[in-house]
Amino acid sequence: MTTLHPKTLYEKVWADHLVVAETDATPAVLYIDLHLIHEVTTPQAFSLLRQEKLAVRRPDLTLGTMDHSTPTTPVRTFKDLAVVGEGAANQVLQMQKNCKEFGVELLDFGSDSRGIVHVIGPELGATQPGKTIVCGDSHTSTHGAFGALAFGIGTTEVGHVLATQCLLQRQAKTFAINVRGALRPGVTAKDLILAIIGQVGVDGGTGHVIEYRGSAIEKMDMEGRMTVCNMSIEAGAKAGMIAPDEVTINYLQDKPRSPSGDAWAQAVQRWLALRGDQDAHFDKQVTIDGGELTPMVTFGTNPGMVMPVSDTVPDHNGDNSFRKALDYMRITPGMPISELPVDVVFIGSCTNSRISDLQEAANVMRGRKIASGVRMLVVPGSQQVKREAEALGLDRIFVDAGAEWRESGCSMCLGMNGDTVPSGKLSVSTSNRNFEGRQGIGARTILASPMTAAASAVEGHVADPRPYLETS
Amino acid sequence: MKAVRHLKSCTVVLPSSDIDTDQIIPARFLTTTSREGLGKNLFHDWRFNPDGSPIAAFPLNQTLAKGCEILVAGRNFGCGSSREHAPWALLDFGLRAVISTEIADIFRSNALKNGFLPIVIDEKAHSYLLDNPGVQVSIDVENLRLTLPDGLQVSFPIENFARYCLLEGIDQLGFLQKHETAIRKFEETRPWKP
Repeated sequence: MTTLHPKTLYEKVWADHLVVAETDATPAVLYIDLHLIHEVTTPQAFSLLRQEKLAVRRPDLTLGTMDHSTPTTPVRTFKDLAVVGEGAANQVLQMQKNCKEFGVELLDFGSDSRGIVHVIGPELGATQPGKTIVCGDSHTSTHGAFGALAFGIGTTEVGHVLATQCLLQRQAKTFAINVRGALRPGVTAKDLILAIIGQVGVDGGTGHVIEYRGSAIEKMDMEGRMTVCNMSIEAGAKAGMIAPDEVTINYLQDKPRSPSGDAWAQAVQRWLALRGDQDAHFDKQVTIDGGELTPMVTFGTNPGMVMPVSDTVPDHNGDNSFRKALDYMRITPGMPISELPVDVVFIGSCTNSRISDLQEAANVMRGRKIASGVRMLVVPGSQQVKREAEALGLDRIFVDAGAEWRESGCSMCLGMNGDTVPSGKLSVSTSNRNFEGRQGIGARTILASPMTAAASAVEGHVADPRPYLETS
Repeated sequence: MKAVRHLKSCTVVLPSSDIDTDQIIPARFLTTTSREGLGKNLFHDWRFNPDGSPIAAFPLNQTLAKGCEILVAGRNFGCGSSREHAPWALLDFGLRAVISTEIADIFRSNALKNGFLPIVIDEKAHSYLLDNPGVQVSIDVENLRLTLPDGLQVSFPIENFARYCLLEGIDQLGFLQKHETAIRKFEETRPWKP
């Protein structure tokens, strides 16, 4: 059956949250169902509320955690915090004070539920299909894996949501990315999203909301879908979304903040009905054959500079930004990327720190040691992921291999919490950004899947994980 | 926010494309609870050697750049992190606009809320500005026109409401708060509750 005005998934969630529709002169007033906050991008917003004598309008729709500037060594006291620096310690104290004063729930250091903001939302069941979700963090796109409209905002907008539970927004354009076929063994959601960014470019999604569709996406578990949606922003997109299905429902069932009883049945009915109309129009479309992909790594200083791990580094003569990136990375066109020696391996971040990520890495590392001279950090995405991993004995596999096993947090993804890659050192990282200096001043970052990162730790150079599949 | 109607200044040029917000203000400087004082660390790792001395070749360190309030940058400026510290740092340093052929969505939104002008122009005018650092240009926010030294005018887009807020110096929070009745009605009448 065709509908009169067929809508995409994004257009449906958008329409469902319009308090006031947009006009030529004014943007729409969009209602926000879940506001996640953390210590780095909120202090100035709370200062504004104090200055204007405003309350947090819906503390019940606001949830705070601490992840960015917090250390991943065990922290219980102010003295531990001060190790990372006075600024970070002050920021954490400010977060505690702000949440207390404005009545916002904070998953503090002592909380069993604390973790990276984009890991805890889904694992608590606070992230749900059809919701609008924002956070002062660009990787908020992660939550789109559930069919939520989720995007990163600046601190001024954090203030807007705290005060009014709404944002002023223009409707974005739509972009369908269809992934046909099935990913082959050793090829993960991370490899897929790196390949997508490589194809559409780091600005290919600017002004658009992406919807990922097709059989490879349908076959993917929720953690893989989160990895894909997480990096939508690295293609410049406002958000990334995937229509909810049985996989989504199964994931959310019995989560602490999922609806229960009759409310669960009603929610499931509503969630399963939430999908784009068959004949909905997209402003842009791309189709990718998932079955043709191999494990991918980055070789430059943005997430669009990607290549298969088994290939030689490409060349773009005459492109100054390309040349500058390769100079920074100390990589020469034509060299096999696997010849690159590795100093640091980081497994963690909101992209790849969930239990399946840790399992995939542990499967490669079981019974093996990391190469001499390599430092490896494994940082679970939340305290819950940490407990689950320990119950499965994954921590022992990593520690026995010579890696460090940490408390949850953003850690080495962004070098502002004490975990950094030293200048000039090469890091293979499961995080999302290989920008210059992102992991520390002068750090050289190769983005990869957890399996590729683990294989690289074992071999001491950038390595294809596929040879480890049969033995693991 | 102070009103911004016109801006006339010389330009300073950073030709790289995809300049991300980690370059504009590295994450280690985000452990602040204030909006002020970020300018000293703007482009820190491009401006300074590890010993803290300025890198003479970096355009913002050159004499030509002194007093220039307009940055001309390569395509896709401001990509990456949502940190509003990026426009805060640019403004605190003394810059008031960036001209490029493409500006990342979140950076653009943050910039507009602070009166920092994100100006997207066509490739021909952009390529002229990249090749001629230091030239005087003027930006007319009301008419959405950029005037080049030879008098040639090029247009740029700014969303209507953001333009109105720039011209009148209006803070968007006040506008949102005026919708309180509609917000309450939405909360009461929506078919499901979050």
